[in-house]
Amino acid sequence: MNWKLFAACACSVVLAVSTSSAAPRKPPPSPPLPMQDSGDLNEVLAQLALRKHGHVEFVEQKFISTLDRPLESSGELRFDAPDHLEQRTLKPRAEALVLDNGTLTVDRGRTHRVMDIHEFPQVEPLVESIRATLAGDRAALERLFRLEFIGGISRWTLTLVPLESKVKQMVAQVKIDGVRDQLIKVEIRQTDGDRSLMTLRPSPNP
Amino acid sequence: MTAARAWALGVWLVCIAAAGLIVAQAHIITDLSAFLPAHPTPTQQLLVDQLRDGPASRLILIAIEGGDTAARAQASTAMAQTLRQDVQFVSINNGEAAAGQADREFLFKHRYLLSESVDAARFSPQGLREAISETIDNLSSPAGLLFKSLLPRDPTGELLNIVDQLERSRGPTTRDGVWVSPDGSRALAVAQTAASGSDSDAQARAMDAIRAAFAGVLQGKLKGAAATAVQLKLSGPGVFAVLARAKIERAAIRLSIISSILVVALLLIVYRSAAALGLGLLPVATGAVVGIAAVSLGFGAVHGITLGFGITLIGESVDYSIYFFIQSQRRGDDPSLNEWRKQWWPTIRLGMLTSVCGFASLLPSGFPGLQQLGLYSISGLIAAALVTRYVLPALLPANFAIRDVAPLGLTLARALQPLRRLGALKVALAALALAAVCILVLTQARARLWNHELSALSPISIEDQNYDARLRADLGAADVRDIVIVSGADLESVLRNAEAAAGPLQTLVDAKVIGSFDSPAHYLPSLATQEARRGSLPAPPELRANLKQATDGLPVRIDRLQPFLEDAEATRHAALITARDMAGTSLGAGFESLILHQKERWNALLPLHSVAAGGDIDLARVAAALSAGKPGSQARVLDLKQESDALYASYLTEAIHFSLAGFLALTILLLLALRSPRRVLKVLAPLVLSVLSVAAVLIIAGVQLTILHLVGMLLIVAIGSNYALFFDRQGHSSNPEGQPLTLASLAIANASTVIGFGLLSFSQVPVLVALGCTVAPGAFLALVFAAALSASDA
Repeated sequence: MNWKLFAACACSVVLAVSTSSAAPRKPPPSPPLPMQDSGDLNEVLAQLALRKHGHVEFVEQKFISTLDRPLESSGELRFDAPDHLEQRTLKPRAEALVLDNGTLTVDRGRTHRVMDIHEFPQVEPLVESIRATLAGDRAALERLFRLEFIGGISRWTLTLVPLESKVKQMVAQVKIDGVRDQLIKVEIRQTDGDRSLMTLRPSPNP
Repeated sequence: MTAARAWALGVWLVCIAAAGLIVAQAHIITDLSAFLPAHPTPTQQLLVDQLRDGPASRLILIAIEGGDTAARAQASTAMAQTLRQDVQFVSINNGEAAAGQADREFLFKHRYLLSESVDAARFSPQGLREAISETIDNLSSPAGLLFKSLLPRDPTGELLNIVDQLERSRGPTTRDGVWVSPDGSRALAVAQTAASGSDSDAQARAMDAIRAAFAGVLQGKLKGAAATAVQLKLSGPGVFAVLARAKIERAAIRLSIISSILVVALLLIVYRSAAALGLGLLPVATGAVVGIAAVSLGFGAVHGITLGFGITLIGESVDYSIYFFIQSQRRGDDPSLNEWRKQWWPTIRLGMLTSVCGFASLLPSGFPGLQQLGLYSISGLIAAALVTRYVLPALLPANFAIRDVAPLGLTLARALQPLRRLGALKVALAALALAAVCILVLTQARARLWNHELSALSPISIEDQNYDARLRADLGAADVRDIVIVSGADLESVLRNAEAAAGPLQTLVDAKVIGSFDSPAHYLPSLATQEARRGSLPAPPELRANLKQATDGLPVRIDRLQPFLEDAEATRHAALITARDMAGTSLGAGFESLILHQKERWNALLPLHSVAAGGDIDLARVAAALSAGKPGSQARVLDLKQESDALYASYLTEAIHFSLAGFLALTILLLLALRSPRRVLKVLAPLVLSVLSVAAVLIIAGVQLTILHLVGMLLIVAIGSNYALFFDRQGHSSNPEGQPLTLASLAIANASTVIGFGLLSFSQVPVLVALGCTVAPGAFLALVFAAALSASDA
């Protein structure tokens, strides 16, 4: 019965509760961004598109206002072009999140869930921002975000601002720092001021 | 004589009037009960309840195909919106999250009463610390940002626990906000009707409502190419019942009309007399009316399917008038009638009685459909024979004459000449050889001779059944095949028993014997359990102290968790949940579908899901675990498909036994009437031979025999016994000049039977095809064999 209640609850209660409990604080004003340079962006994306496989380690810090200190988790990320992305968290608790051709599989402890990311407007941008950037897929990025690019091929910052109003209620922006075809940092800023910062570095055993 | 005629006519008219009156008031039922046992065992009763009223019976599976993903999703959403306003439906599920606002509020509000994790230890300093630590760990997961706002009000993560509780089964894929098949080619929805699945009229109305809503969507929201491309398809048990009924009705009506026309045409050609035709149909019509009246009196109601088989009665009862007209035709005067009465009526009577013996074997069946068919045939045949004997002679006009069919008889007699020359021994040997071959074929195929699955009777095509199975697989959880059933005297005790069964079932989940299970107690725990959970929430000062101790060293401060303390205190003073609180939520529908309330009996259904989709569940282990868990918890395991197949298989075995008993009774009857084992053997030989031949040919053609083939075999014996008895009578007649007439009457009677039943085999309904392709060739062979065996004797 009531399949996908999980989905309904996980996402929508969150929204319902978050709007009812604490009034969301205004996001810190982001600094004005320079005009995006379409040529450099295309060059970076072209470089990224050339890479068919990637394997990196990550450390993620979440800064959540209700908690006194940031939460830290770490693990590894794997990518196979164009649409296979795995995030394997090892600490503090093992969890595998596998995106394959639009289907997201989550394994955590005894729970195993399969979902179609298109059905979760709140989840899709979080996952797609990384996948589409790694795939160098500008069309996919522009479907969900307004793109702002600064820097050049040797060091760049790509800022993704959600287009969907539903998503905007939660996510203010995703900021990706990179060097050539490597992602260095992924920062997700939430509308209520909370944020997560993921730092990536090449895996010692690729 | 005149007085006798007047009496006969008077009695007939009174009988017809009375029967007509009964028929006019007869209650025709079209539900599934014709296929359900008359006196069920407790397990069968559960099955019957399931098939009639169970959640599975109320589901209409809806698929939208064609067009593109967006058009299908749009159609699904708009259609569901319309249907949710319709009181005929308890719920419309198409995967839309929007439908769940009330659900979410309900779950969140009652989380401390609903969550299985809540017990006395949960709110101790240590329990709180563990639960809060886990919630914080969850926040560090990639999905953590989605859950973080729950922390202040639900730091112990009860909502996610409840969602887990309800969501252990695999759900369908969603695209563009609605359910779709895994390949994305169709949008899916499930409607649950308020009416039970066995209420075919209500199911038909519900189907119409769905079609109308879909048509409305095509005219409104969807325009142009998208609208012409998308198609609606419906499936499910109720839909099948409606389709089956329509199909049988259509086939029975159409075939009755066509075969009536053909038989009438045949009789017109033979008789060349409208009066003879009209009179000839009297026994048939009388038989049909009396048959329905007898069933109505005997059973209180007539199954639609019994009426559908009315056509079978035409097969034999029309023969009586054919025999009468042809065999008494030489002069239309009384001496000839008297001669017919003396010479032929006893034979027809004996043939009728042997048929009655055959059909009587259906009466003790546990299958109401067969019982009715038996009573209908017996009373109809007796009525038809009596009308032929007493009413037809009384109604014959003075100048009554039909065409002389003696030339036809002579031609047939000449055709039999070669057999006559062959000699009795050779014909008998040939018959024995044929019987041996047939028996060999049948014994070779012994293991797969009979089809023991109920679906073999289903008028639904294999394609439709496969389509239904595919939709169920797409929907994942919707296929309730294996169910644990828990009983109780009232709702509270049935819920307590369901909770008691959850322990052993969870052990089975952990051991991977089953994938998961649903339970009504997941939606609505028993009051006892709710009370215990509510009681485990400490008073504010204690909870605050525990919380302070628990969060020491954790990255969350107690002042952030004030909303939790408030909610916990509110729950301590709130009322317990009742079924009424779930009104308007899809949880209410989910709960209702798992609770069956009939008279003083309450049953809770705990559907089991296999580990892998479509996998089998070891029900023996489930049963063992349940009985070991807690004796007297009243939990039983029910495999719906296996149970219904077993039920059908028991009907089949029973029907085979009764048919053999009927055959024995028929043999004794013939022994008493003919007083010669040799004559009885000669009467029975062609019947046995033709039944064996037909069965062997069906088996060779790859057909598995069903209960309807068995009924067909009874009909072969019933109809064929007349032929064999006429040849027997002919052989012992002192008047050989009547022989061509006998042959002609038999040939014509046989032609009408073959036409009637032959047509059935062209229908799309398996039960009718089974009857047709058994009786048509069987009746023909019975005549040929009877003629051959008797000709060789002369």
